[in-house]
Amino acid sequence: MKINRDRVISLLVLAPSVLAVAVFVYGLILWTGFISTVQWDTLRPDYTPVGLANYQAIFANNRFLMDIRNTVVFTICFVSASLLIGLLLANLIDRGIRRESFFRSVFLFPMAVSFIVTGVVWKWILSPGQVGSPQGVNQLFGLDPASNRWITDAHVVYIAPDSPVYQVLHNIGLGAITSPNIGVPIALLSIVLAAVWQMSGFVMILYLAGLRAIPEELKEAARIDGCSEWRIFRHIVFPLLVPMTLSAMIILGHISLKIYDLTVAMSKEGPGFATDTPANFMWQTSFRDGLFGRGAAVAIIMLVLIAGVIVPYLIWNRRQEVEA
Amino acid sequence: MSRETQPYPSNSADGMNPLKAVVILGEEESGAGNRFRPDLPSTRGAHSHGARARTSRFILYAVLFLFALWYLTPIYILLVTSLKGSSEITLDKMWALPTSFSLDGFAAAWKALAPNFLNSLLLAIPAAIISAILGSLNGYVLAKWKFRGADTLFLLILFGMFIPYQAILIPLTRMMTEVGLYGSIQGLILVHIIYGIPITTLIFRNFYAGIPTELLEAAKVDGAGFFRIYRSIMVPLSVPGFMVVLIWQFNSVWNDFLFALTLTVPSNWPLTVALNNLSGTFIATYNVQMAGALIAAAPTLVIFVVLGRYFVRGLLAGSLKG
Repeated sequence: MKINRDRVISLLVLAPSVLAVAVFVYGLILWTGFISTVQWDTLRPDYTPVGLANYQAIFANNRFLMDIRNTVVFTICFVSASLLIGLLLANLIDRGIRRESFFRSVFLFPMAVSFIVTGVVWKWILSPGQVGSPQGVNQLFGLDPASNRWITDAHVVYIAPDSPVYQVLHNIGLGAITSPNIGVPIALLSIVLAAVWQMSGFVMILYLAGLRAIPEELKEAARIDGCSEWRIFRHIVFPLLVPMTLSAMIILGHISLKIYDLTVAMSKEGPGFATDTPANFMWQTSFRDGLFGRGAAVAIIMLVLIAGVIVPYLIWNRRQEVEA
Repeated sequence: MSRETQPYPSNSADGMNPLKAVVILGEEESGAGNRFRPDLPSTRGAHSHGARARTSRFILYAVLFLFALWYLTPIYILLVTSLKGSSEITLDKMWALPTSFSLDGFAAAWKALAPNFLNSLLLAIPAAIISAILGSLNGYVLAKWKFRGADTLFLLILFGMFIPYQAILIPLTRMMTEVGLYGSIQGLILVHIIYGIPITTLIFRNFYAGIPTELLEAAKVDGAGFFRIYRSIMVPLSVPGFMVVLIWQFNSVWNDFLFALTLTVPSNWPLTVALNNLSGTFIATYNVQMAGALIAAAPTLVIFVVLGRYFVRGLLAGSLKG
């Protein structure tokens, strides 16, 4: 009888949290999905159904297309740079260096501060200043503020028409990706710099944990067999770090898909929406302009993109746990 | 070996599970392990010649120092700028050390941000404590009182920590308005507790999974009930787990911007929103902005320096499930 009573208590203890998640995560997602299909374009809710008109409206909005471009560029640059720097630092630190905990703390402390603080400081460092009075990095390295615009740079680098690469892409039917809308906004790279500063230490810690879990005997055996350090890394260490790499990619990737605070603190939309993000577009559309229907549509698209990354990952992780 | 039978601080050779690897790092940081691995340089030395080894060591440290410079640059800028007086904060001297120390920047920043600092404390401390208690109870049930479908339910809860909060923000704002919590710190605390459930439950569930089930069985035989076991076995054994979760939740609530911006009125703004506002206006001079940023970063930085070990464990546990 006692066991049964405790079983009931255990379920009662869990129930409020399950209910809260059911309502505030799944319930509100459904509600947002509903809002994305109604008129609601003033402060007062208006539940007139409009079908997919909100989605059509945002996909017809050039700003949203630029946000998608920014997200893709940001994700690729931010994730790959963080992974490379994290992997490099972890390998350097794992070489039995002196003052290891000092270096580890220096590389990791940015994780403890908010994106807002990071943004406020880097905004100042990455502002170009005026001609004659350079600021930040321009001043430090003696660069010309007229040509080094950093977070205020409106340029978008894209594949120019009639260039050889354009011809090739055009011939194989990929001409669409040479549109000026699909370039790399230079201002965005400054945001990437600050984001990598903040998050690369986290990747380092992940890799370091992975490296430390590899038995030293394994590497030692390979050394005795005459393997070079590079071969040991390539054939023993690296394959064992693949799951870590996947985890880091998913975590960083989903952070970059919803990045908001950092761009808001550093440059807001940026010149010509060069540093605008779907999250910022969603917020302004909803809470500044009162177009809640459209804001909800942006939110749902963000959710679908992130779920597409996270759900397979969670299932993969679950399988690993079952196998363990 | 099932997870249940593994004592928590197991030094498993399974390098693929970051949550286990965390322990390896944690032990090292506590100084219990072979912290600097003195064996490593010598084994390497045996395989390369003296001069070459010295050169590669030099390059190793040079690269490390260069990266350290990059990571510390914003701290340098924060410190030198915030300690400059108003006569010295001209742009052309932004990298120079202050010629005379002035606390004017800090005084002005504190005057502007003190109410928000208090708001952040009133927000983050209760939210972290309640989250930790709730998470430990949930983790206890999901690890030790498993029922059919418990793992699937856990997975569904876990999804909540990855969603973009934009996807719930509009109806959430409506809901908070309807129940009269919109704008208040209490409302924001509630929101942080609810959306903190997935991560806090995850950390405690994995922590408790490592406590031997035999221990609970023995207690049950002795007549201990659900709460008795929780109080006298689980809680005392999970003090490090509480540290990890308290620090994690304090940090994320302290550093949150989106919820605070959307759900509070200016008088209840926490530091992040107030700082962003301060730096966005041109009223505040740079020394005031940088002093404000330092004030906003100080509590979490102090926690990082003093309790970094738990911070790291939270980072790893929070990013990956075991």
